[in-house]
Amino acid sequence: MNKLNGVHLSHNKGTKNCETIDFPLPKSVVIPMSQHMGAPCECLVKKGDTVTVGQKIGDTDAFMSAPIHSPVSGTVSDVIDFLLTSGAVCKAAVIESDGLQTVCPDVKPPEITDKQSLIAAVRESGLTGLGGAGFPTHIKLNFDAVKTPVDTLVINAAECEPYITSDFREMMESPMDVIEAILLVQKYLGIPICKLCIEDNKPEAIALMKKKTEDIKSIQIVALPSSYPQGAEKVIVYSATGRIVAEGELPSNQGVMVMNVSTAAHIYRYSQDGMPLIKRRLTVDGDAVTKNAGNYFVPIGTRVSELLEHCGVTEAKKVLYGGPMMGLCLYDTDQPVLKNNNAILAFKNGESPKTTACIRCGRCVRACPLNLMPVMIENAYNAEDIEELKRLKVTLCMNCGCCSYACPAHRPLAEINQLAKAMIPRK
Amino acid sequence: MKGLFVSPSPHRAADMSTSKIMLTVIIALFPAAMAGCVFFGPRAAAVLAVCIAACVIFEALCRIVMKKDQTIGDLSAVVTGLLLGMNLPATVPFYVAVIGSFVAIVVVKQLFGGIGQNFANPAIAARIVLMLSFTPQMSNWVKPYWYSGAVDAETSATPLAAEWLTYSESGANFKMAPFTLSEMFWGETGGCIGETCAAMLILGGLFLIVIKVISPATPIAFIGSFAVLTLIYTGSLTETVYGVLAGGLLIGAFFMATDYATTPLTTKGKVVFGIGCGLVTFIIRSFGSFPEGVSFSILLMNLLTPYIDRLTKASPFGAKKPVKAKS
Repeated sequence: MNKLNGVHLSHNKGTKNCETIDFPLPKSVVIPMSQHMGAPCECLVKKGDTVTVGQKIGDTDAFMSAPIHSPVSGTVSDVIDFLLTSGAVCKAAVIESDGLQTVCPDVKPPEITDKQSLIAAVRESGLTGLGGAGFPTHIKLNFDAVKTPVDTLVINAAECEPYITSDFREMMESPMDVIEAILLVQKYLGIPICKLCIEDNKPEAIALMKKKTEDIKSIQIVALPSSYPQGAEKVIVYSATGRIVAEGELPSNQGVMVMNVSTAAHIYRYSQDGMPLIKRRLTVDGDAVTKNAGNYFVPIGTRVSELLEHCGVTEAKKVLYGGPMMGLCLYDTDQPVLKNNNAILAFKNGESPKTTACIRCGRCVRACPLNLMPVMIENAYNAEDIEELKRLKVTLCMNCGCCSYACPAHRPLAEINQLAKAMIPRK
Repeated sequence: MKGLFVSPSPHRAADMSTSKIMLTVIIALFPAAMAGCVFFGPRAAAVLAVCIAACVIFEALCRIVMKKDQTIGDLSAVVTGLLLGMNLPATVPFYVAVIGSFVAIVVVKQLFGGIGQNFANPAIAARIVLMLSFTPQMSNWVKPYWYSGAVDAETSATPLAAEWLTYSESGANFKMAPFTLSEMFWGETGGCIGETCAAMLILGGLFLIVIKVISPATPIAFIGSFAVLTLIYTGSLTETVYGVLAGGLLIGAFFMATDYATTPLTTKGKVVFGIGCGLVTFIIRSFGSFPEGVSFSILLMNLLTPYIDRLTKASPFGAKKPVKAKS
């Protein structure tokens, strides 16, 4: 088995020993109706409605979606058009909290007896991938057991992005939730083996999970080398099982299901208390953070400005949803925390280094985990040579950013890959 | 909070830049250049200085005339000047050195678009132009320490041009090299300023490999293929080692055949490139009319680089071969 390429980053996991604390309840929250990959929800509430904690306020009949719930009790003060970081506009409910946190009567533990009831429960919980991509979890669970049987569950606890420690804290603080969740999924989906994959820069988590799973034969703890992007889906499947998820395939084509560790733990917690995904653990860090850097349970919809204020951020030039390699820039700190935010990072310096001419050094080629050739893709993109872009397989690019990171001329290669993908007409 | 920067990911960059890479190459070349100055004296240092200054000035003028961003700060013109100077004899007239710098920077590099766009290594192309245009000035070799007055004759042959002596002993014929291997290793022979001191070139080359500025694939393939072919052809280990240490092979393999812009991108491509260089060098040295063939071999392989790149593309992880449409 060959080692895939990647880059070595400084880890900056300064918050790894910061136990998660509850973030104070915000006075008001902004809940966008699109917090996941797929179709946005329709807003089920209107201005003036009263809502309770865990009440469903967004849903849709679309296949690829996940419902959205209120994290607070109070009144809907407005339903606004909201500009997402992706550039799309969706509806968002603004809710003023009454501070009572009255729980919705619908919130009760689900009855899970088989695969279908598990999938239905996961959908109702509003769960999406908590690692960053926001893929609706119920769709992932609903694989075709005949056409693409899954024999291995890969739990992704690599957490290869610098700064972020929320998955690590999940394992350290609630290891049994993770294990119970794995057993629940294995039982109802009939997946015999689980590989819980952790990068070896987290020896405490590896030791703890090994100890807790001593007597459980179906769960293996796998220590992976700390190399970015170890946690990318195709990379972790290959590292954990040696299987190659080919072009156009899903992991289930190779008999694998990949799930983020925090996502898994949420399934178990929902099965116990029936409280949908209304808050999440996230890391607040970065060099603009002057105090209280750490991990917080934050209600979804909390404005990022409140987090930054709590952490003493006064001068930040760049604020990110997620890690420094794949995170998205906030255009305004009044944007809310979303389901898939595993971190909010604030940095003092926002300027990108100056771009110079390509010297063909090949560092981008040696950095690409998927063996793509960004230098040639850039040339083909500039020449608008669509056939060459197809031959270079630019569509495989997962935007991990290794090429841009490694480029001594600071060329925005990852960005060009995405533009090049868009240049190829869809069938 | 307003006034935030918004840019696509990633938001981090490795602590590396073109000028840093060029600086490490200059550092790696420095010991061999210094050795050349010790052997061939102040005149050698003056040639290096003229080449570097001329290259930087030509680069600056080109960018001004072409109304492009100034690029002398990336230090690539310094590297070209230094390499060109190291590939000239210490006695070369300064105007020849300036013409060489003009060819390297203006003709080969800037007219083709500047750094990264040149089709051939500027220093190699310039050396070849000078060799063919100013043959007498380019082959006026002096002995090491000629400037000190301690050596009786000033002119010398290069290790590759010098005749091997044949002598008979108890009925068998032996060949004797014109220079000992120790002289060859330390560089006390006639030759270009920067090519004679094998020890310092290897030191600089290993430095670049260790800090990962160059890949070991090219030098290994180049030197290895040349050595294997020479060993098979001559059957003599001494002649093989002599051939590796002689002429421009080491400076070529470590510093010129590893030039980013004009050599292949992938390791597979670099191996093909290196083997090609070794083969052509061997053929020219053994059968050609020139005593030395390193420059020609690298230039030829530079021209083949786009084709080598095409044939040695990396195979993307999990890529499926395109299904041909049925007609």
